[in-house]
Amino acid sequence: MSTKDTNQWLYTISPRNKVIDLNLKEIWSYRDLLFLFVKRDVITLYKQTVLGPLWYLIQPLITSVIFTIIFNGIADIKVGEDVEPFLFNLAGVTIWNYFSECLKGTSDAFKKNQNIFSKVYFPRVIMPLTTVVSSLLKFGIQFLIFIGFYIFYASRGQAGSLNVEALWLLPILILLMGLLGLGLGMIISSMTTKYRDLTFLVGFGVQLLMYVSAVMYPIEVAVEKITNNFPESANIINPIIENNPLAGVVETFRYLFFSEGTFSIEKILITMGVTIVIALLGLIVFNRTEKTFIDTV
Amino acid sequence: MSDVILKVDNVSKQYRLGLVGSGTISHDLNRWWNKIRGKEDPYLQIGDTNDRSTKGDSQYVWALKDINFEVNKGDVLGIIGKNGAGKSTLLKILSKVTGPTTGEIKTRGRIASLLEVGTGFHGEMTGRENVFLNGAILGMTKKEISSKIDEIIEFSGCERYIDTPVKRYSSGMTVRLAFAVAAFLEPEILVVDEVLAVGDAEFQKKAIGKMQDISRGGGRTVLFVSHNMASVKSLCTKGIVLENGQVAFEGTAEHAVAKYLSSDMGENTSLKTFDKNYDKPTFKLESLGVKNNNRNYTEPVVEDAEIEINLDITFKIDTTDKYNITYHLHNELGETMFSFYDRDFEIKIKKGNNTIQCTIPKDFLQSGSYSLSLFIVKDKRVAEFAEKNIFYFNVVNGAKEIGVYSGREPGYIKPTFQWKNV
Repeated sequence: MSTKDTNQWLYTISPRNKVIDLNLKEIWSYRDLLFLFVKRDVITLYKQTVLGPLWYLIQPLITSVIFTIIFNGIADIKVGEDVEPFLFNLAGVTIWNYFSECLKGTSDAFKKNQNIFSKVYFPRVIMPLTTVVSSLLKFGIQFLIFIGFYIFYASRGQAGSLNVEALWLLPILILLMGLLGLGLGMIISSMTTKYRDLTFLVGFGVQLLMYVSAVMYPIEVAVEKITNNFPESANIINPIIENNPLAGVVETFRYLFFSEGTFSIEKILITMGVTIVIALLGLIVFNRTEKTFIDTV
Repeated sequence: MSDVILKVDNVSKQYRLGLVGSGTISHDLNRWWNKIRGKEDPYLQIGDTNDRSTKGDSQYVWALKDINFEVNKGDVLGIIGKNGAGKSTLLKILSKVTGPTTGEIKTRGRIASLLEVGTGFHGEMTGRENVFLNGAILGMTKKEISSKIDEIIEFSGCERYIDTPVKRYSSGMTVRLAFAVAAFLEPEILVVDEVLAVGDAEFQKKAIGKMQDISRGGGRTVLFVSHNMASVKSLCTKGIVLENGQVAFEGTAEHAVAKYLSSDMGENTSLKTFDKNYDKPTFKLESLGVKNNNRNYTEPVVEDAEIEINLDITFKIDTTDKYNITYHLHNELGETMFSFYDRDFEIKIKKGNNTIQCTIPKDFLQSGSYSLSLFIVKDKRVAEFAEKNIFYFNVVNGAKEIGVYSGREPGYIKPTFQWKNV
């Protein structure tokens, strides 16, 4: 028996992962799997549906129409002097959808893939990453639709003005939304392996979160209205909206296209910090869970 | 000895019995409380051994307890044991599906596991797309799969349907395609669960042949779990026997199989006593047993000694001379090999208790797993009693051969013929 070179083991299977044991090399070697999973998601999602990928468009358009009727028509929220309310809502819905798709898709990663996970090993984090990438494709299509409407309204002078100097922030905003969805989703999916309670919270929670994330109103308008109408609870609600990193991203996204609303580079930097913390926390929790979740799921 | 490629070091796995839910939080909190005070996990000290049939005192059970073994490069290790002995848990840990509770496994090679064929197959995708996806799940790169895709499709024999969605496939075709992908995996260590028990006979032969090629030609290391002693003996070079989550035996495959079958660990006992369901108006079946003629039922049945089939039956009527006994012998695939009966022999069945013995000559049955069907025939035509596979038994290599690895020869019978120079 050769025990002389025991330190030359390729790898060791041990009871628990270290706190941060992110094997990037291993994940990279499974990149083909990531792309094949994305391909699977894309080609199987709308198989045997009549409207097919049109569903990508119907959902945000109808949501935006309804928001326009309720929030701008009935509740009379002012979105800016020369911005069409429908376009304003479409912008919010488009960027928000990316976050919510990532979160929802990731949050049941362990439960949904129980069958595969209990039979074969690959870095588990591939599954949440798949969600983020295939949601990005979906976002891409919805974003193109938004651009289409943007050009249409811009030609009629109803789309504010494009903020060319700040446009470099766009990819960062998208990345922030993806990472926030991924991080929160991974935390939730790790916790739901043992305690299923959180699954009930996700669908409902995402909806609640949307209402405090400035999707259908400008932050400034909301803060002002709440201070006037509910002075007692304003110091509870307003800080939530103002400090919500998601609200910051949504607001900044609209700022890029309409040059309306609040914008500060400081706030973006703080949001980045929060995002990184959440994403890392998600990875740590996910890593700790992936070894033994199959026994408890 | 050659290089150790895999070393299993004191591996244990604990499971909690019953429902996950009530009480889990309190146990988790207790664990955590002990951890921050720097104490040991209180639930690791308790736990019963893994014996599925007895009632335990503890909520925790050790599915595996202190497993130690080493595998050398090029070995084909058979892991055998009865249901619930911990085989699958061990495979799950080896294939990194779940982690051990304590202990660790060290390896010098990539491990690919085949606990199931067709993991991740998606019905809406075509055969070809599924080959790529499944290959990638099993750890191949796209490039590797592309270079082998033609071979894979040819091996599966599903060429005509390869661009049709898999949901239109028959279940056999799906399995063929899935196994074909797995067969072209090239890891240093391959972990295989009983996936060979799929497909039709033709495909099974192909699959076993492929497994043999992998281990012999490629010099690859294979860990193989099966209940089929014949395939363990023909494929494996080494064997370990698991019993109640512990390694009960480690040695050559022949030895391990003999050990497994000979002790009462096997599911098969070579004497079956019948209960009141076999109490018929005309007769009552008492017992049926298979043993070598000079040995006990508790010993293994060896192929190089005469084998007795003893039927103990009580007749309640007088017209017993109208009755005959017929057996069918089946191999482990369930195929009938031949039938034999007492009609032409000097057998007198009397009222009351009879023990009817049939002797199979020595060196006739090849080692393997067999089953018997029993027919009690009235007036040479009417089967008054018929039960298929009423009795299972195993025949092992003779005592003189145990320890000498020669491999199982093909076929099910091994008759001695006359040979001479003329």
